[in-house]
Amino acid sequence: MLTPILLAIGILAAIALICAVLLTVSSVFFSVKENETAAAIRDCLPGANCGACGYSGCDGYAKALADKSTDATNLCVPGGDCTAKEIAAILGVEAADVVEKVAYVACNGVCGAVERKYDYQGQKTCHAANLSYNGDKFCTFACLGYGDCMRVCPRDAISLENGVAHVDPQKCIGCGMCMRECPNGIIKLIEDTTRVVVQCSNHDKGASTRKYCTNGCIGCMKCQKTCPHGAITVENNLATIDYSLCTGCGACVEVCPVHCLHEGNFICGAHF
Amino acid sequence: MFKELILILMGGVLVNNYVLQQFLGICPFLGVSKKVNQATGMGVAVTFVMLCATAVTHPIYTYILVPCKLEYLQTIAFILVIAALVQFVEIILKKYIPALYKSLGVYLPLITTNCAVLGVTINNITDGYNFLAAMISSLGVGLGFLLAMLLFAGVRSRIENCPSPKAFRGVPITLIAASIVALAFFGFAGVVENILGV
Repeated sequence: MLTPILLAIGILAAIALICAVLLTVSSVFFSVKENETAAAIRDCLPGANCGACGYSGCDGYAKALADKSTDATNLCVPGGDCTAKEIAAILGVEAADVVEKVAYVACNGVCGAVERKYDYQGQKTCHAANLSYNGDKFCTFACLGYGDCMRVCPRDAISLENGVAHVDPQKCIGCGMCMRECPNGIIKLIEDTTRVVVQCSNHDKGASTRKYCTNGCIGCMKCQKTCPHGAITVENNLATIDYSLCTGCGACVEVCPVHCLHEGNFICGAHF
Repeated sequence: MFKELILILMGGVLVNNYVLQQFLGICPFLGVSKKVNQATGMGVAVTFVMLCATAVTHPIYTYILVPCKLEYLQTIAFILVIAALVQFVEIILKKYIPALYKSLGVYLPLITTNCAVLGVTINNITDGYNFLAAMISSLGVGLGFLLAMLLFAGVRSRIENCPSPKAFRGVPITLIAASIVALAFFGFAGVVENILGV
């Protein structure tokens, strides 16, 4: 009478035993060595997984460093110098300085400055607004002002002021997530030492820019002529600054008729 | 014979879709259908595990449980075998096909407790399929799972961009969408039999 019960127990136990033995043997036999260096590097990275280093995340960067596919220890912008030093110590190489960066929004099309094409009533995201005729502002290079960048920012550094996103350089860690999120691509990463920026991304001709935005660059060349160091050139109807030449003297800021060149407290230079 | 196999395959994909018609494997269906590439990964992993599981459990049932008159043990024995099998497959993949292991990622261990996998192995026995038919059936069911995941991932990405009423946002609207997709699949009932003239 006991036989069927014992048989059931025996067979199940046998199956379980076979599975257990198989798993134990295979876990030893097929074991893959985890890379210890990668784990150590991963521990000193900030873990924001922002992708500023150009890898898929902190794990990806740690792995790339560990298997020597890159030897740049200074790619982690949020971690800054201190992370770079720790990584360099683990790998036993010289620490390189991190060029700290901040994001800024290259648009000054605040409420009242730029004309609206229509009254947008859809979902309040930039990506959605951009689907209907490139947003409700006449300027197709404008900040759409629905705060996609604000929502993606890991440090709450972005706020909407007067219909245009504004980055707080004190809080910005330079990860570039907002830059990748912006559908118009008008958020730029600049080095933290920058003193003067062009707060406009409009490549339209000056006359047409003038029609719909009072704050847009009209490509009048005044800044180019004024700059004592030859750092500013007007390309495609938009002033661009060569930061290797710019000394931050601010001569251009004074002559710009539409005030799209900014200096001073816009970038404060302070980090963390 | 060939016709029958085609019928089993298509039946698994469309008519008896495990997710949308029999409501098995709902957990991954709702859990990892947010993005199309994740849904594909999960679908492929489930198909793969279903094939492996059937290949192991069918012989165990036929050659061990039936001769010993222990058919009632099938559920517990199958769970045991599937759990071990998934672990084993994971170890092997990690060693020899790291690319596939990486792309399947966390889904592989998740499948251990997926009721669709257990469901297909038990249904293969209940329906009295021989080994070949059982394998074809699991392939069909796996492809059906993949199809459902892909379709629903597409539907879901649309929902994310729609202004749904506040009370429905998140899980409720997802469940409603799932039920509508399931309703649409009822249209396939009888289609395959009619096409093949069985």
